[in-house]
Amino acid sequence: MPVQEIIQRCEELFEDLSFSSVRAWKEAEPGRKVVGYMPIYVPLEIIHAAGMLPLGILGGGDALEVIHGDAYYQSYICRIPRSTVELGVTKRLDFVDGMLFPSICDVIRNLSGIWKLMFPDVYTRYFDTPQNFRSDIGGEFYVNDLRELVSGLENLGGRKISDDDLRASIEVYNESRRWVRKVYQFRSEQPWKVPASEVYLLMRAGQTLPVEDHTQMMKDYLAAVENEDRRMKDNCRVIVNGSFCEQPPLGLIKSIELAGCYIVDDDYMMINRLITEDVESEGDHLLNLSEAFIKHSMAFPSKFEPNGEVQGHYLADIVKQRGAEGVIFAAPSFCDPALLDQPMLANVLDERKIPYIAFQFAENSGQMQPIREQAGTFADSIKLWSAA
Amino acid sequence: MNTETKPDVVKDASMLKQKEMIAGNFDKLTDAKELGLKISSTFVPGNLNELLMCFGIVNNLPEINALNNAMRKQSGPMIQDAEKMGHSEDVCTYVKADIGMMSRGNIAPNGKPMPDPDVLLLSYTGCYTFLKWFELLREQYKCPTVMLHVPYQGDGKAEITQNMRDYVIKQLKEEVIPTLEQVSGVKFDIDRLRENLKNSAKAEDDLVWVLESAKNKPSPIDAYFGGVYYIGPIFTAFRGTEDAVEYYRLLKGEIAERIKQGLGPVTPEGEVFEEKYRLVVEGPPNWTNFREFWKMFYEDGAVVVASTYSKVGGVYDYDGFRHDPDHPLESLADYCLGCYTNRNLPERTQMLVDYMEDYQADGLLVNSIKSCNSFSAGQLLMLREVEARTGKPGAFIETDLVDPRYFSPANIKNRLESYFQMIEQKRQSGAVAA
Repeated sequence: MPVQEIIQRCEELFEDLSFSSVRAWKEAEPGRKVVGYMPIYVPLEIIHAAGMLPLGILGGGDALEVIHGDAYYQSYICRIPRSTVELGVTKRLDFVDGMLFPSICDVIRNLSGIWKLMFPDVYTRYFDTPQNFRSDIGGEFYVNDLRELVSGLENLGGRKISDDDLRASIEVYNESRRWVRKVYQFRSEQPWKVPASEVYLLMRAGQTLPVEDHTQMMKDYLAAVENEDRRMKDNCRVIVNGSFCEQPPLGLIKSIELAGCYIVDDDYMMINRLITEDVESEGDHLLNLSEAFIKHSMAFPSKFEPNGEVQGHYLADIVKQRGAEGVIFAAPSFCDPALLDQPMLANVLDERKIPYIAFQFAENSGQMQPIREQAGTFADSIKLWSAA
Repeated sequence: MNTETKPDVVKDASMLKQKEMIAGNFDKLTDAKELGLKISSTFVPGNLNELLMCFGIVNNLPEINALNNAMRKQSGPMIQDAEKMGHSEDVCTYVKADIGMMSRGNIAPNGKPMPDPDVLLLSYTGCYTFLKWFELLREQYKCPTVMLHVPYQGDGKAEITQNMRDYVIKQLKEEVIPTLEQVSGVKFDIDRLRENLKNSAKAEDDLVWVLESAKNKPSPIDAYFGGVYYIGPIFTAFRGTEDAVEYYRLLKGEIAERIKQGLGPVTPEGEVFEEKYRLVVEGPPNWTNFREFWKMFYEDGAVVVASTYSKVGGVYDYDGFRHDPDHPLESLADYCLGCYTNRNLPERTQMLVDYMEDYQADGLLVNSIKSCNSFSAGQLLMLREVEARTGKPGAFIETDLVDPRYFSPANIKNRLESYFQMIEQKRQSGAVAA
């Protein structure tokens, strides 16, 4: 399948705020259920094992006119909760049977309560992940937390989730994450062949498609881009950081690229690759999922870093690992996790003499010219003035 | 020339007692090195004062420092200093005031520099920002940091699960207590903790009595502006002390006397009060213009009979929680889990409805704080829900905790006056209908 065709399909999924493909999946067989989730992380394996389709809810983007949602939030609160409420109020999510709100920040946390009040018939759960990373403390809490999730989804689905279901789902997601890592690795090696906007759309498709279809899509994409004749440009290699929850408009990602930057890593759609190694598929599955989160999950701002010695190092480490030349902090306005983390990350970048710039966006930001100018100046400064 | 002098406002014994306690704690903090004391920085919600006392550790609370600086009109420049250092305008101003204070030498209200803490006790209760705040502080102080993760009560059923409780207890036993032992060099003694908790429970009984005195008409207290003074000792460095027991004993006696005399609340301008409107208030107060803000209420006869901010460091009235010396660690866990902002929105909404009814309030006022998403996100829906369930009018104003740029007196006063008129009209139309 040609690249254009794959990306066109991804774009259709991205633009469809009625989630037609998910509705179609649900209607294809009686009794099917859809469980929505918000960033950054929930264990998709459990939703899959319940025979349900996980649906990533990432706000309304720049195409959704928010009318009702603004009545729920003050002006100083980010945009993703208001556009998510808009999706709910306008019945765009009326097919969603359950919603999970992970422990990312106070706004998403409180949105779980709003959802309970507004949609009392939907199975709604605030999903806590541990901030203690000892298996016998945080791990034990998390296993029990997962058990509660299993039980909740069993009630919702009207059937037990067996060990075999969990094993199969863990294996399916292990394969998915392997292909996600391959895509990121390929882009880092040959970014001229894999534009960030395409990777973004490809990863975003994973929020709506069944995981098996998405894995196949990634395989097809990588096979197709190998054969693409795309010219290497004299762009600089950057990491984009801070966009793990509310998503930038696609135009913003394209603007960064057009300004002369190859995005060689990012934190969009972290859920696709937050677990960095295969989850063990034999033994106690909930324990395995817990251990995977505790021992093999990426650093992200909502996760406490127990070791002060490495506070803020993760971004600089990614810069090194990807051979990047600079960092673009692109955080949504009023995003506490990203904006509180940023000074600590920047301190480490300063220590390692890694250049960076910072700007803020909202999912409906319209003016891309300032972004393009800022990113372009940054790219030029790296190309023209860096020591290398 | 006006030669008339204003008489000095007579301070109640409890006020003098609290003043002495606070001054004493600041002296202990600033003289800690000379006194051989260890210092912990920790937060108000979920603070473990009784436990820290077991190790002789003095309790320093960054939020209290920030609000102290705000009340003394010093927080604005501190916040701007932090913003110049790269901290976003969009984030919590408590954090920025604290970081700015540090950059200006960490001067305590007694004029002496605050020594660096020996341990950061991050009780992660009901506020996401705490986590980042202490990571930022750790970067500066480079001292041992211990995290106590208190899971959020997200399920909407007002229920602390055994899993949550066990998790907190296990962290206390295996992470918090060993770290405090190591930092202080003092072995943990659970009997000492029990003694401290006994004092806590006594003080909590009297605090609840004081808060519930607002059910009287007229209310002898203001449970928001006055309330922040009443919660001061128990929410900060004194829960579990004999001093706190004594403070609340004195306070209770004074309030009992006010009830007997049919008096309203004490205000900064003395006894100039006629209760016209009884309000429930959701959200923290503004600290930069605290007195000006308060005056907008009492000069129009508005008294706050219940507030949720007075539950941020512990909910003792709503479901009867008390620290329990017979179950020391369990009750510390339940205390942390039950703090107001650790409760989900449906439960917070129901609390407001119940307060409205129990305290026979005329309406709900939300003071929405720009800095505090933990409180603020969802308040507009809460307001509508409370209005719908009680039939009483609500109002919404916006300020900030410690950033003077976000306090607009004219706007707030206009809104409050309109709101009081609305209550009046509603009252009259109710009387006509009756």
